[in-house]
Order: sequence, then C-alpha cells, then structure tokens
Amino acid sequence: MSARQAPALPIRNRKSTMAQQPETRISATTPRLDVAHLAKTYGSGEKSRTVIEDLTFTVDAGEVVCIVGPSGVGKTTLLKCLAGLHPASSGRAAIDGRTISGPPPEMALVFQDYNRSLMPWLTVRKNLILPLRHLKLPAAELKERCDSALSAVGLSHADNQYPWQLSGGMQQRVAIARALAYRPEILIMDEPFASVDAQTRFDLEDLCLKIRKDFNMTILVVTHDIDEAVYLADRVVVLGSRPARVLRVVDVDLPAPRDQISTRSLPDFARQRTEVLSLIKRPA
Amino acid sequence: MRNVKIRNWVIGGGTPVLLLAAWWLLSANSSDPFFPPLETIIVRFQELWLFDHFQSDVLLSLGNLFLGFAIAGVAGVALGFVTALVPPVRWMIDPLIHFLRGIPPVALVPIFISLIGFGTGMRVTSIALAALFPTMIATVDGIRGVSNDLMDVARVYRLSRKERVLNVLLPAAMPHIFSGLQVSLQVAFIVMIASEMLGSSQGIGAMTLLAQQSFMTADMWAGILLLGVIGFLVNILFSLLKHKVLSWYIGSRRMARAA
Ligand SMILES: Nc1ncnc2c1ncn2[C@@H]1O[C@H](COP(=O)(O)OP(=O)(O)OP(=O)(O)O)[C@@H](O)[C@H]1O
Ligand SMILES: [Mg+2]
Repeated sequence: MSARQAPALPIRNRKSTMAQQPETRISATTPRLDVAHLAKTYGSGEKSRTVIEDLTFTVDAGEVVCIVGPSGVGKTTLLKCLAGLHPASSGRAAIDGRTISGPPPEMALVFQDYNRSLMPWLTVRKNLILPLRHLKLPAAELKERCDSALSAVGLSHADNQYPWQLSGGMQQRVAIARALAYRPEILIMDEPFASVDAQTRFDLEDLCLKIRKDFNMTILVVTHDIDEAVYLADRVVVLGSRPARVLRVVDVDLPAPRDQISTRSLPDFARQRTEVLSLIKRPA
Repeated sequence: MRNVKIRNWVIGGGTPVLLLAAWWLLSANSSDPFFPPLETIIVRFQELWLFDHFQSDVLLSLGNLFLGFAIAGVAGVALGFVTALVPPVRWMIDPLIHFLRGIPPVALVPIFISLIGFGTGMRVTSIALAALFPTMIATVDGIRGVSNDLMDVARVYRLSRKERVLNVLLPAAMPHIFSGLQVSLQVAFIVMIASEMLGSSQGIGAMTLLAQQSFMTADMWAGILLLGVIGFLVNILFSLLKHKVLSWYIGSRRMARAA
C-alpha cells in the first residue's frame, strides 16, 4: 500500500513505519473502504446465483457505517467479499485504494455465526490469543490486550471457560472481544448484538462508539435493528433485494457524543429512523 | 446422578467378578482336558507370566504393539493431512480410501500377516501397516469435516499455514482422529498376536499357540487370559488419554445434549 494514504493510528498489527505517519497525511479523497460496482455470483453455469449485482458505497476513515436490509439480501456475502474471503465476481472492493484480494491485515471480522466461529477446544482467553500469536507480541502486551478486550465486553470472569459453557450472548461477546484484542484498523461486524439482552446491547453499542473514538477505528456493522443503525452510524447504507443493491445511503446527522437516552429521544432520531424504515418497508 | 455412577461402576466391575467366580466353581472339579479348572490356569498364569516370561515375552509383545501403534498413529495422521490438503495426493489416494472404507479393517489383517517375516522389525512393520489405514482415513474425514466457518476465521485473522494445520485443523479433526486410533489399536493388537503365532517363537501369541500345539491347555488358557487382561488395560489407558485430549469435545457434547 502507499504510505501516503495510510492514516495514523495508535494501534496496528502490521510492523511498518506507516504507523508514525501524521494524521494530516490522510488523503481527503481516497475513502478508507471503497466498494465500487461490486457483484457476487455464487457458483457457475446452470446453478449460478447472483446475490449482489451492483453495489457502490464508501466508508471514510474513522466512520461508523451501518448496513441494513432484509434477511437473505446478501449482507453477509458482502462482508465476506470485503474481508477477502470471497473474490468479487466483478467490480471491486478496496482499502485505501488497494483492491482487496485476500484477508487484509488491518481488518477484523466478527462473524454472524458467532457460535461456529469460536474454537471449542480453546478457552475464552486462548481464543483471543490465537489470532495474536503470529504478531509475536511481548507477553505483557498480549495479556493487556486480552484483559482489556474481555473487560470491555464484560467477560473478565469467563476467561478460563470454554465457549460452549457460555450462553449465546456471551459467546457473541467473546467473538467481539477477539476482534478487539486484534486491534484492527477496520472492524467489520455481522449482526454482532443480535443475541444479547437489551442492557448489554446498549453497552456494546456504546463500546463500539468508544473504540471508534479511542482508536480512530473504522467500523462497519450489519444490523437488523434500524434504531441501532441510526444510533450508531454516521451513515446508514440501506440495501434492497434481489439481487442486492443500494437503495439509499442515509447520512445521519445526530450530534456527538451520542447517548442512549438523550440521542434516542431527539426528534431528528425519530425522523431518520422513519426514513430508513420507510425505505425498507417500501414494496419492492 | 452420583448414585447412577456408583451403580454403573458396581455393575461394570461386578459382572466380570461374577463370571470368574462362576468359571471357578463350574470348572473346579473338571477333568475335561480342554477345560482345566480355573485354579490350575491361574497357577500356570502365575508361574508362566509372573515373572518368568514377563521380560522375554510379555514385554516383547507389548513393545511391538506400542511401537507399531505409535508409528501407525503418527504416520496415519501425517498421511491423512497430506491426503486431505494436497490435491494431487488426494486424487491418487481417494480411490484407495473409497475402496478400503467398505472393508472392515480386521478383514485386511490377512494381507499384513502374509507380509510378516521373521524378526521384530518385520513384525512391528506389519502391525504399523495394518493399523495405519483406519487412522489415516479417519484423519482425512476429520479434516474434511472441519467447518468452513472455522477456516474463515483462520483466514480473516491471517493465521499462518502452520497455525492453521496445528492450531485449527488438528484439534478440530481430533474427535475423528481418535475414533480412527481406537480402531487402529484393535487392529494393532490383533496383528501383534497373529504375527507371533505365525512367525515367531517368542511373545505371548507364540507361547499360547505352542501350549495349544503341545496339549498344555492350562498354559493355553493362561495365555488367553493374559491377552484379555492386556487388551483390557490397553483400552483403559487409551480411553484415559482420549478423555484428557478430548475433554473439550466430550464436555461440549454433553452440554449440547443437555440443552
Ligand atoms: N456459499 C454460498 N453459496 C451459495 N449461495 C450462498 C452462499 N452463501 C450465501 N448464499 C446465498 O446468498 C443469499 C444471501 O445470503 P447472505 O447470508 O449474504 O444474506 P444476509 O443478508 O446475510 O441474510 P441474513 O440477514 O439472514 O443474515 C442467500 O440466498 C443465500 O442462500
Ligand atoms: Mg447474514
């Protein structure tokens, strides 16, 4: 990648000098994440199935963008393309202008099937450590990263348990903690708060906003919850089916810092959630 | 819960004791040369195996068994990985696997017995060869069964190839590998005995066959008894190992059933 476009971040996994680049070097024109005319077709020939036909949107550095859309529209497919797990059939997705062709080092993904994305033979802490091993961190930093990630999701007490000993919501938080301990520059989450209780959900939403602020992280979240999308996001990408396309990108102009009670009671909040909702409800 | 456990232990331990007692009583006055009294058998057992032939024969047999099984286990897992992960090898080996899958492993034993020559080396080789396939096939199946989700996680977090093999595929395939090892162990045990009965003058199998051929039936029974005891102990050791290595799997299965 070109150093010119690398944003300065206090955290990173790559051993590179780019970390020292001053913030002013962030290119104003190249978005952090650029999805341009992306298409994805599963299979080929007779049985091929076009899930995404022509998808275009961008995410700027330090932005929180939420993706909402009906079930089965291809949100997970989109995220897997962004994470370099599936090649795009046409068009492209790029980070800082570099086309994504494999899992990018600066990215972490929290999978939708959290219970199938944790290693059942490893304790919670060891699940967090596994992705960090090849970074060859000093033991103290390794411990610090795990401790702070676990306490951020409220699971400090569970670090020696196995994932299958935990409830669904706890497993989901382990998956989030694993991504946090990895300290990505770009964090992508696929319905990350779907199976936690309401209180934990609010806490995790606020955690999401906090790490964005603390680490200048760029965050992309798929969610079914429109209120959540509006609360979290700087912009909401509303997808329509099928195949998936962008219905509209809604700019959320709610004041920062956001607060679960006061932000959600703003008239603007209601207006914007209605805007998103009417897009989704609209007959196709 | 606890009571059930105790009851199971009592039944599990009590039944063999009862059977032995029955054997003892029923055979006490036996004059049938083929069914000597259990008492005689046990006296011979003690005279023969504790500890006259212990080193020369029992340890020899056990040594062959463990060496052959260990080689088969390590090589089976390694070959399984290569087969599952290297496409050209997979294309070559897949038909063989499909062929072997339909045959009970024990049915292959005659092939390996015919390979047995004289000398310990050949015997260990035939044990290892016979025991190799169940583990290898189970390993291939285990690796293929690893969920795509886990492999996606490994890729997103950019685990190295070595980490993917050792820290994801190997543990994920371990439950399969262990069922393969269990079959391999049985096969190794059978081939161990058979190899001694055919090509050797030493070892428990050889002693037992020799006793039979020279009409020393008490000695023959003593040999069979010893083989039974060894088989039993080896299986206990194996399941201890399995419970240690697969405790996460056993625990998660129990959890899934309870849910
Ligand atoms: N590996 C695959 N091969 C073929 N088809 C697939 C594959 N993965 C997903 N699909 C199909 O693509 C479509 C979109 O799936 P996807 O999981 O991306 O939807 P989603 O928007 O994430 O849905 P949800 O909100 O329920 O999670 C579905 O119809 C699904 O059947
Ligand atoms: Mg999905």
